[in-house]
Amino acid sequence: MSVVLPYLLSGISVGGQYALIAIGYTMVYGILRLINFAHGDVFMVAGVMMVYMCASMPWYIAMPLMIVFTVLIGFAIERVAYMPLRSAPRMSIMISAIGVSYLLQNLVAYITGGLSQQYPTIPFISDSINIGPANTKVVTVITPFLVIALVFALVMLINHTKIGMAMRAVAKDYDTAQLMGIRINSVISTTFVIGSFLAAIGSVLYFSNYTGVTYTSGAMPGLKAFVAAVFGGIGSIPGAVIGAFIIGISENIVKGFEAMLAVFGINSNIGIATFSDAVTFALLIIILVVKPTGLFGEKATDKV
Amino acid sequence: MKTKENKRGKIITAAIIISVFLFAAIAEKVAPPSWNMLFMVLKKGSIYVLIAVSMNLLNGFTGLFSLGQAGFMLLGAYTYGIFTIPVEDRASVYQYFDGGVIQFTIPVPLALLLSGLVAALFAFLIGLPVLRLKSDYLAIATLGFAEIIRAIFQWQALGPVTNGSNLLRKFPVFESTIAYFAVVGLCVAIILLLINSSYGRAFKAIREDEIAAEAMGINLAKHKMLAFCISSFFAGIGGALLAMYQTSVQAAIFKSAMTYEILLIVVIGGIGSISGSIIASFLYIACSEWWLRFLDQETILQPTERGKFIIVMAVVFVTLLVLMLIRIKKPKGKPRALYGTGAAVCAVVLVWLVYFALTGQTKVPLLRNGFRMVVFSVIIMIIVLFFSHGIMGTKELPDLFKPKEKEDGGKEAAL
Repeated sequence: MSVVLPYLLSGISVGGQYALIAIGYTMVYGILRLINFAHGDVFMVAGVMMVYMCASMPWYIAMPLMIVFTVLIGFAIERVAYMPLRSAPRMSIMISAIGVSYLLQNLVAYITGGLSQQYPTIPFISDSINIGPANTKVVTVITPFLVIALVFALVMLINHTKIGMAMRAVAKDYDTAQLMGIRINSVISTTFVIGSFLAAIGSVLYFSNYTGVTYTSGAMPGLKAFVAAVFGGIGSIPGAVIGAFIIGISENIVKGFEAMLAVFGINSNIGIATFSDAVTFALLIIILVVKPTGLFGEKATDKV
Repeated sequence: MKTKENKRGKIITAAIIISVFLFAAIAEKVAPPSWNMLFMVLKKGSIYVLIAVSMNLLNGFTGLFSLGQAGFMLLGAYTYGIFTIPVEDRASVYQYFDGGVIQFTIPVPLALLLSGLVAALFAFLIGLPVLRLKSDYLAIATLGFAEIIRAIFQWQALGPVTNGSNLLRKFPVFESTIAYFAVVGLCVAIILLLINSSYGRAFKAIREDEIAAEAMGINLAKHKMLAFCISSFFAGIGGALLAMYQTSVQAAIFKSAMTYEILLIVVIGGIGSISGSIIASFLYIACSEWWLRFLDQETILQPTERGKFIIVMAVVFVTLLVLMLIRIKKPKGKPRALYGTGAAVCAVVLVWLVYFALTGQTKVPLLRNGFRMVVFSVIIMIIVLFFSHGIMGTKELPDLFKPKEKEDGGKEAAL
């Protein structure tokens, strides 16, 4: 247990952080049928902004400001890069997303000079804490609770408010929703705002656990969060969260697999940890082959 | 559709291709060393041509949205490296693995063929489960496989074969541009023949409508698998050529970012146009590696240059601003946010330019390491947003040189 616990804890924590990003992917996909490749980079930009803002102001001012700016960036990206392509083929809008991701990465590489930036330590959540035999940061412990609280709030928003109802309607049938008088553009903007907001919070939690942020830091977490969204059934928020936790935990179990085997007296040194990223994709492919719409995905019917 | 053969277009296209080849062959012999950059661009560009065309075969002609290209390139690159490193150099390359387990080499042409075959074999194995998936699910599954392949090649336990996460190097490489051109030209010619064959028509039928294609008696599973394997075969050869160009291979560079890059090239050229992919590859590499290079250097202007700089910038941005403002006025058309943003950016640049002209600075701001890629990505965004059909659309080069009256005839017939 003492060997497994640290890996399990960090798995749950990373899973929670992936979950916050995955919600952004899954909501946008649900409404626009778009894989928003730029979402991982928005998450990275949030991290970099935090670094620069903390250099000139205290963290309790920097953090809300950073969240506001991230939301604005998410909103602006949708207005400038996706909205003009509403009626274009789906491929074009996806390419636009890749282009935005490319632009954000290059912009950050230019501003930071391509160097890794030290992420600021935020009081309390960066403190060390002992849980049984495992020593970890407070952020590891609070992440899952915070995620569950945020997801609960989001589900309430979607199920019990007017804008939530509009979102569900647009996700169900884009054209009919438009005919019913729903303002499509404001619904889509809201989706991007919510997604960016959660990504900004996720970036604080995620980067607090790591030493630095570089311009490529968003790519892998973004990809994994997207995989989590597909794993859970894209378009479904609970699915994305559960998928993210499964992926976070399995990734960390693979990282600590050899240490765990060593407890049982099996000493292997074959470098299983190399596969900590690959296991995410292996899980994805297994689920896609077994249940192509993901864990909680709705069954799509082919129309001839 | 095509009633008369477009002879003129074909002749002009052939002439262009032959003259490019001749130019490369002759210029390389006689050109001064200062032309190095050109040949670098031609080499790397030609490699990207092959990879972009192979991706276009899958994404543009068969309509299978696959993002696994980087993985197949990796397979090709490693296969080529592993089987061609000279035996006497193996001890130094595989220094952590006692010289590796493979102690023989095969000739370069055979190795190139083998790298394609290995990629195609893996494509076959991967295709068995994933080709049943559709659109985005297929994309993410192939992307996942590419990442898994990358992890496997970095695995220390396979080190005696793949050299783990270390570099593979010292394998034989092509020195001359024309050698790259020859291999790429041959491969692209084969792909073109394939596209114009009955198989190619089946691929296009699948792209247009799967259900209709199946009803017409096209075996979906077989043709999808065929397209997937052929595309991977050429991506594998492209990977091997890339390994040659870089003179070393490391699994870490074949990330999903590389696939996105190639997808961008395909889209910029026009999805479903081979000549578009070819032109876009060269333009893409030339822009990113060569023409925009000056943006990476801090520049201090001489008094004479300063005037020219201000005039050129003013002309460019005033034109852009006017264009944006004209479009913004139109009630119909694309949403105003896009043109509004464009106009705002132009206006800001112009205001700054006035300030720059008045204060008499000589140092051009912003120019420093990394600015090239920022400008480059802005250019890409502009192409994606304003010219979403790419350079060529679905046209090929010969179509551009069609005599005018024929085109009109075609239109009338269509009406």
